Amino acid sequence: MGDHHHGPAKGLTRWMFTTNHKDIGTMYLWFSFAMFILGGAFAMIIRAELFQPGMQLIEPAFFNQMTTMHGLVMVFGAIMPAFVGLANWMIPMMIGAPDMALPRMNNWSFWILPPAFLLLASTLFMEGGAPAFGWTFYAPLSTTYAPPSVTYFIFSIHVLGLSSIMGSINIIATVMNMRAPGMTYMKMPLFVWTWLITAFLLVAVMPVLAGAVTMMLMDIHFGTSFFSAAGGGDPVLFQHIFWFFGHPEVYIIILPAFGVVSQIIPAFSRKPLFGYASMVYATAAIAFLSFVVWAHHMYTVGMPIAGELFFMYATMLIAVPTGVKVFNWITTMWRGALSFETPMLFCIGFLVLFTIGGFTGLMLSIAPADFQYHDSYFVVAHFHYVMVAGAVFSMTAAVYFWLPKWCGKMYNETMGKTHFWISFIGFNLAFFPQHFVGLAGMPRRIPDYALQFADFNMMSSIGAFIYGASQIMFLYNVIATIVAGKPTSDEKVWDGAEGLEWTVATPAPYHTFEVPPAVK
Amino acid sequence: MCFKAKRLFRLALAPVLMLMSAAALAAGGEVSQVNMSPGVTELGKEIYDLHMLILGICVVIGAGVFGVMLYSIVYHRKSRGVTPSQFHESTKVEILWTVVPFFILIGMAFPATTTLLEIYDTDDADMDVLVTGYQWKWKYEYLNEDGENVSFFSNLRTPQSEIYNAESKGEHYLLEVDEPLVLPVDAKVRFLVTANDVIHSWWVPQLAVKKDAIPGFINETWARTSVPGVYRGQCAELCGKDHGFMPIVVNVVSKEEYAEWLAGKQAEASKIKELMAQTFSMDELMTRGKEVYQRNCLACHGANGEGGVGTPIAASPVATGDLGSHLDIGINGVPGTAMQAFGAQINDVEMAAVITYQRNAFGNNMGDMVQPIDVYNHKEG
Amino acid sequence: MFRVSSNPSVDTSIKLVGVAIGMFAFVFVVMVPLYDVLCDALGINGKTSGEAYTSVQAGVDESREITIQFVATNNDGMPWEFRPDTNIMKVHPGGVNDTVFFAHNPLPDAMVAQAIPSVAPSRAAQYFHKTECFCFNQQPLEGKGSADMPLQFIVDRDLPSDIKTITLSYTIFDVTDMAASGALAAR
Repeated sequence: MGDHHHGPAKGLTRWMFTTNHKDIGTMYLWFSFAMFILGGAFAMIIRAELFQPGMQLIEPAFFNQMTTMHGLVMVFGAIMPAFVGLANWMIPMMIGAPDMALPRMNNWSFWILPPAFLLLASTLFMEGGAPAFGWTFYAPLSTTYAPPSVTYFIFSIHVLGLSSIMGSINIIATVMNMRAPGMTYMKMPLFVWTWLITAFLLVAVMPVLAGAVTMMLMDIHFGTSFFSAAGGGDPVLFQHIFWFFGHPEVYIIILPAFGVVSQIIPAFSRKPLFGYASMVYATAAIAFLSFVVWAHHMYTVGMPIAGELFFMYATMLIAVPTGVKVFNWITTMWRGALSFETPMLFCIGFLVLFTIGGFTGLMLSIAPADFQYHDSYFVVAHFHYVMVAGAVFSMTAAVYFWLPKWCGKMYNETMGKTHFWISFIGFNLAFFPQHFVGLAGMPRRIPDYALQFADFNMMSSIGAFIYGASQIMFLYNVIATIVAGKPTSDEKVWDGAEGLEWTVATPAPYHTFEVPPAVK
Repeated sequence: MCFKAKRLFRLALAPVLMLMSAAALAAGGEVSQVNMSPGVTELGKEIYDLHMLILGICVVIGAGVFGVMLYSIVYHRKSRGVTPSQFHESTKVEILWTVVPFFILIGMAFPATTTLLEIYDTDDADMDVLVTGYQWKWKYEYLNEDGENVSFFSNLRTPQSEIYNAESKGEHYLLEVDEPLVLPVDAKVRFLVTANDVIHSWWVPQLAVKKDAIPGFINETWARTSVPGVYRGQCAELCGKDHGFMPIVVNVVSKEEYAEWLAGKQAEASKIKELMAQTFSMDELMTRGKEVYQRNCLACHGANGEGGVGTPIAASPVATGDLGSHLDIGINGVPGTAMQAFGAQINDVEMAAVITYQRNAFGNNMGDMVQPIDVYNHKEG
Repeated sequence: MFRVSSNPSVDTSIKLVGVAIGMFAFVFVVMVPLYDVLCDALGINGKTSGEAYTSVQAGVDESREITIQFVATNNDGMPWEFRPDTNIMKVHPGGVNDTVFFAHNPLPDAMVAQAIPSVAPSRAAQYFHKTECFCFNQQPLEGKGSADMPLQFIVDRDLPSDIKTITLSYTIFDVTDMAASGALAAR
């Protein structure tokens, strides 16, 4: 523990061997941004091919690899590690802890990620190509009919699952054991709460994903028949296991986003969060419900009617706690003193677009109507409204919000606002028309489409290019801030911000709260 | 002030109104570009009404929520010099907005349950069609009480030249097949859905039918169409490379026309039996073979036999080698590869033609011919 | 509370590792068997019992006639000719019925097949009892060989009255490799 009073080590070894939560958080954030760019590049290829009817740029087989890799990289490489990075940076500072509970494990959980994704990305250059069975990798397309690279895919899923589980255990251990005296559970910032619940979800369901891919591995290489009818198995079993993981997984992605928004909206409304306790209960309710709704992804698979009805009702119920959250955020804004700096703009963007995604989610929960929506572009539009406008917008808001605290320099506000508006317009141009083509009958994951879908697809591609380009602006703004931003030393960078992280010096010193703060 | 708020409100509603008017258009029977189609079945209409009901409820709630937010954004700005209020809870309000949505949901659940029960009611069908998904085509088999079932494959008809932009695209680009499913109007048709290899999903929006086709297991669904016409759909579950290229075309005709068509198909089956006894000339085999090749082989082996997913045909050791083993691969496939057993998918005349074609096209110049009887003999050993 | 380690963080972590391992095991020892049990009980996917039915039915219900449709599908790469001898049968609940499926192996080498049954509507599956079925075992055929494979079944008298048609589908898979490696569990 002798190194506690020193600053960071110099050079590469600082990053290789660091156990400092801020260093690790920074690495997670940069890594996830790199993955965001990679996954974004895949998306640009997809949208470029879909710009016009006909096959222009790539072959259908490669198109399938692109949709698969885009999904995997964005979900497991960009969004999840981004929030883990944020958790690393912020949770100790928010609860008044000097570091994460298990710093050395923290280092490992980050450093096994890059090799896992390197392995996943390398499948693109293997014979037979990268996985081409969609990020949901349904058997038997992902087993009997998979390219040889599937084995590497399985291994990389194992490794990144391990990383997630270690990261979550660390977060739970930190939150449960490292809170400053007086920081009771019901005094914790909502970001900490949502992450605590998320971490429990992760510990519960990442092993389920590991189980699913292990069964695939055994089916492919060891002659078992979990998912093959020929040996007494069932391909539908795969879908049940996958979505038993997959549905909690989407809340794993969105709950920390809820937490971020619950920190930022009060700050720029200059008013405490409305309904703190109900926010906590709503988060817990969403997490609980996420375990009993998985089969709503499988309405067309031929379930008995009783199952179909159960999953429909349970899914509809999720609208209640989600609604409570949206109402609480809006009531927080009500009669506040609002100002619209970049983080707030992204949060309002989140609020509007996530709510639209929530509405389409409610529509999708209605089983009979889902027979028409299922596997169409309507679904693609829906989950991009909750994943991109939900998770990515809130993550962007978080970076703008805490960046001045991290590096002691102020970002360029004009550029930030421009980034928001271009993102917002680009995003909606890209994804709103997808509702239309989906309802009009365009299936998802197709490399080419009928002529009646042409106009909206071109619009969608243009929007996607705009949204993609705006991220370059984001990258530039962040780098410019770190390199040459206007220095600020206000402890409270934002006048309305509340919480322990705003009581430490700016930029946040390498070690904070070595002496626990007093929480009133 | 009030005027401004109203204008903003109307502005926010504009896209919603656009959607609504588009929906009204859809209800007029046209296939909509922006909304679900009520289709040509009673169930489709019900699903459409349900969809519009939920959409309407969402729009109303959304307008309320966003209206309040917009009002707050306009009037509760710091730049207007307001002092922020500090209230942060109200048990009454919080209970209200938990309970009210709950009752709205119950209101939605009733029509949803009724419609779902109807979708699941497959009893008392007038006829049954077995739909089998293949990589990447559909097979339809009409279950027949007496005599043999009529069955055929339905392949994409759009030529590669249109897909690869060498020719301009036709009206029904990617939504056209060589042989559509023909159904009688006003009959309750039960679809039995299964698959041969991976999971597919049989989706015809105008029939309001989507059901997963799962290898090894059988699913069922049904439709009763009320308007004759041609209805187009696609495979909805990612099933590999050509997932986007296995459309569905359903031709709904009057009961008389259907009976005539079915009789024609049965006659065709017996005619093929006749043809199988015939001997064809090289030219006849090559013409027929080219058609068969384009329908069944081209996706994997390339337009000019250059290969792709499959091995090249041009100058291949199989197509320029022993005739018997070439036939064997065509009929029985190559286990463990994407090469399917075509023996049961195409008839002996087609098999004879396509083998002949492969041996004498793309620069292969074997000069030998296969007759249907050779295929028959090979199958029977 | 039960503690594993005196360091509270380590204690929490070890317990959580236990949870994670437990969830991994849960997939194998709970989800998979539970799914099979539910399939049998509810007829998910129209699965029928893989074992011969032995109970005795209390007489034939002459008042009802059920239409049984037989459907045969070859899975990918299965070159056998495989079809029901009769496409459609009319039967009475409670009665014992016999039929055969014809199979022919066109290849010169011996092969082993496994037929997988599936019933539609799936809720009829639990009322469809097979007393004898070629699907209970793997079916070998010599090269160029043919066989009539027997099926004997009873439709339960308790079949809900609204079900008037039952479709029994068999998909036949080539399991020659599995049979050779002996990896296949008898199901």
